[in-house]
Amino acid sequence: MARITGGVTTSHVPAIGAAMDLGKTDEDYWRPLFAGYERSKAWMAEQEPDVIVLVYNDHATAFSLEMIPTFAIGTGERYESADEGWGRRPVPVVEGHPDLAWHIAQSVIQDDFDLTIVNEMDVDHGLTVPLSLMFGQPDAWPCKVIPFAVNVVVYPPPSGRRCYDLGHAIRKAVESFPDDLNVQVWGTGGMSHQLQGERVGLINTEFDTEFLDRFASDPEALASIPHIDYVREAGSEGIELVMWLIMRGALAPDAKEVHRHYHVPASNTAVGHLILENPR
Amino acid sequence: MAPDKPYADIPGTTIFDSDMARMGYHCNQFCMSLMKPENRERFKADEEAYLDEWPMTPEQRAGVLARDYKGLLKLGGNIYFLAKLFFTDEWSFEKAAAFQAGVPQDEYRTMMLAGGRSPDGNRYIGEQS
Repeated sequence: MARITGGVTTSHVPAIGAAMDLGKTDEDYWRPLFAGYERSKAWMAEQEPDVIVLVYNDHATAFSLEMIPTFAIGTGERYESADEGWGRRPVPVVEGHPDLAWHIAQSVIQDDFDLTIVNEMDVDHGLTVPLSLMFGQPDAWPCKVIPFAVNVVVYPPPSGRRCYDLGHAIRKAVESFPDDLNVQVWGTGGMSHQLQGERVGLINTEFDTEFLDRFASDPEALASIPHIDYVREAGSEGIELVMWLIMRGALAPDAKEVHRHYHVPASNTAVGHLILENPR
Repeated sequence: MAPDKPYADIPGTTIFDSDMARMGYHCNQFCMSLMKPENRERFKADEEAYLDEWPMTPEQRAGVLARDYKGLLKLGGNIYFLAKLFFTDEWSFEKAAAFQAGVPQDEYRTMMLAGGRSPDGNRYIGEQS
């Protein structure tokens, strides 16, 4: 049977991808940020997952205002890195896992989470920057990836509670898949940041630290944080943190934090990163 | 009108809700069209002619031509869509952020390196820092 062995949360700031693509990771501005991912890359090399369910948000790339799915699962065979206005990131093509993705879609929809099913889309920095941070710059990504996009651009985004509960449904779905697969679930985006208006540049280290502290041990409390608190305390784009709760819900209640990194700033954003492992 | 806007008292922040998404639809979809290199070239060659193809309001059109990002946010523009416009001008997100904050980019970067803009005094209109 498939099993979820661990998970990763990380910010997915586009400038991080650009710094890697342009060879700037040794610059003073970027070095402390990337230093916190060295251990993560070593951990990834040990874990060798077969599939990552990668929760992220599309930033007006695959989904404009033409269509706005609240939750969308990628069931396709492959996904190209999107041209977001600067040309495509020079990263490998993302290979999907259609069998597991369709299985998850069926299982969670029958558990009352009405997903949109997507076979064809490009994936933007929200998905490719976490892969780059955790795997570096290989010629091919070493595992399959199931993109799982969440609308956090158009109000209202799904609540933290809904995301956390969806994580539970994803766990149940993965654990009922008959093939022997090592699966990770990643939740990306955040932490505190605001990209718009006069309040741009808002960072709330106190909020972020408490969120990190409670993520493994007290996710129920985090799942109760309402939208307005994220916006007020963590900035209008801090709402991306609800996507971390999908990852948390998908991991075991007694999953353990094994790595943490926090750094301000990457461009306009507080970068947070956790690795959790499920008990064996 | 959306039924409830608990976020209306947050200073310097426009939540992209149903009213804004409705108001900004054509302006944002214009921005989206700049994802294609051929459209960026056509826009740069003749902005007025390109904008004639998009049924946005005169205020939105003027905001696009003036690159008035703070104004466009209040007219239904969304920052991720407006990013296609400032990317076309080869602006980074940091540069666009500094522009919205009304400070030079190096000053904005210095603020971010010092820990960013504090939430204190920025949670509610009228909150004392």
